Amino acid sequence: MAKVSMIVNGTPATGNIDPRTLLVQFLRENLRLTGTHVGCDTSQCGACVVHLDGKAVKACTVLAVMADGHEVTTIEGLAADGAPLHPMQEAFREHHGLQCGFCTPGMIMTAVDLVNRKGHELSDPVIREELEGNLCRCTGYQNIVLSIAAGAKAMAT
Amino acid sequence: MYDFIYHRPGTVRQAANLFAKNADAKLIAGGHTLVPVMKQRLAAPPHLVDLSHIEGLDGIELKGRNLVIGALAKHNDVATSSTVAEAIPALAELAALIGDPAVRHKGTIGGSLANNDPTADYPAACLALGATIVTNKRKLKPEEFFQGLFTTALEADEIITKVSFPIPRKAAYVKFRNQASRYALVGVFVARLPSGVRVTVTGAGGDGVFRVAAFEDALQKRFASKAIDGLAVSPDGLNSDLHGSAEYRAHLIGVLAKRAVDAANARA
Ligand SMILES: Cc1cc2nc3c(=O)[nH]c(=O)nc-3n(C[C@H](O)[C@H](O)[C@H](O)COP(=O)(O)OP(=O)(O)OC[C@H]3O[C@@H](n4cnc5c(N)ncnc54)[C@H](O)[C@@H]3O)c2cc1C
Ligand code: FES
Ligand code: FES
Repeated sequence: MAKVSMIVNGTPATGNIDPRTLLVQFLRENLRLTGTHVGCDTSQCGACVVHLDGKAVKACTVLAVMADGHEVTTIEGLAADGAPLHPMQEAFREHHGLQCGFCTPGMIMTAVDLVNRKGHELSDPVIREELEGNLCRCTGYQNIVLSIAAGAKAMAT
Repeated sequence: MYDFIYHRPGTVRQAANLFAKNADAKLIAGGHTLVPVMKQRLAAPPHLVDLSHIEGLDGIELKGRNLVIGALAKHNDVATSSTVAEAIPALAELAALIGDPAVRHKGTIGGSLANNDPTADYPAACLALGATIVTNKRKLKPEEFFQGLFTTALEADEIITKVSFPIPRKAAYVKFRNQASRYALVGVFVARLPSGVRVTVTGAGGDGVFRVAAFEDALQKRFASKAIDGLAVSPDGLNSDLHGSAEYRAHLIGVLAKRAVDAANARA
């Protein structure tokens, strides 16, 4: 077993885990933060994207022990319970950027990372290129792209 | 995934010392090749030595006529570094084409080279630019380092610490992505160095990255895409799979090489 401690959504979290535990498993099974999804478990789909030290990563491809001592933000960390949604979440709601919602946490975490890196004015080609690692089986992407462009602008205000 | 014992050394020396006690240990850097491979049980190292917390191994700096990149530099660091963009813009563009944004936040140049995936991007740059791969034991030229599919000259306990790229006069990388995996179906790196022109190909070779001597000779005489008009690459020894036949890949090499020469010449 291995001891890990990290800051998750601003709160210290610890565990005594099997070193094989993936970060996504630690978040979902130990911390019960089930907003982060596992779609493929093969690093392809992006349903598991969280921020590690402020940067988007695929939590199915990070060992929890490697995140020991680091900071993690999940979809649950974007807006406090009962508080208004994060502007990117609100944009997905407003622009119908989801159908079944399975890919949505990963899409939103990827989108927020994209805004952090590339700013608030995002063209369609840039958004589509940046969604390289996120798959959606429902929407056909059109409304996801719209939502991200709108959410990016809303994050500026 | 099979069970393992996790080690987190703070220095390269500590990491190397762990191999003295655990000969069957394996290094992990970004984990973006090794974790998937361990999940598939294609690798089952009993000890995992995590390099990712060793300080000072992710630097990017100019040293004379060389661009020196630490083994732990992530693809995104290389893609967005102003030092790289100024010295070897082709290298920044190459790094920006690896996988997706999340992959680029974890994967490292050292891990990519050590893995020597025949469809990986960095090997093409290393061989074209004549980079020096520096380990905790020695310095290796790409010709000795890359030894075929997923095979390198690295010993089990040898750690890449940095890669030193000579700065070319001109260079460009053009990648034709596999539509499913986004690795290179074919990628061509063209470099015009003081020592001559080099053209390297990834994604296509049955034995991994390789040079195209006929293109190099022609471009040496005249560095223009027209110079390789009519020169064909033989499909012999090239990969053939459901994504593309050897003939298709051979054709792509010619097309991409011309595009790369044009892109290199288009740079001021
Ligand atoms: C979805 C996805 C898409 C990808 N697309 C591309 C792509 O388009 N092009 C591309 O080139 N790659 C691609 N990759 C691979 C990616 O670039 C990997 O990050 C890289 O190949 C390995 O780097 P790493 O740091 O993650 O290595 P790890 O997975 O940590 O290690 C890989 C191997 O290298 C060894 N190793 C690591 N660091 C060192 C070192 N310093 N010294 C000696 N040995 C070391 C390890 O022991 C292991 O055997 C993709 C990966 C994924 C998951
Ligand atoms: S579950 Fe991690 S990328 Fe699909
Ligand atoms: S909304 Fe169903 S997978 Fe994207």
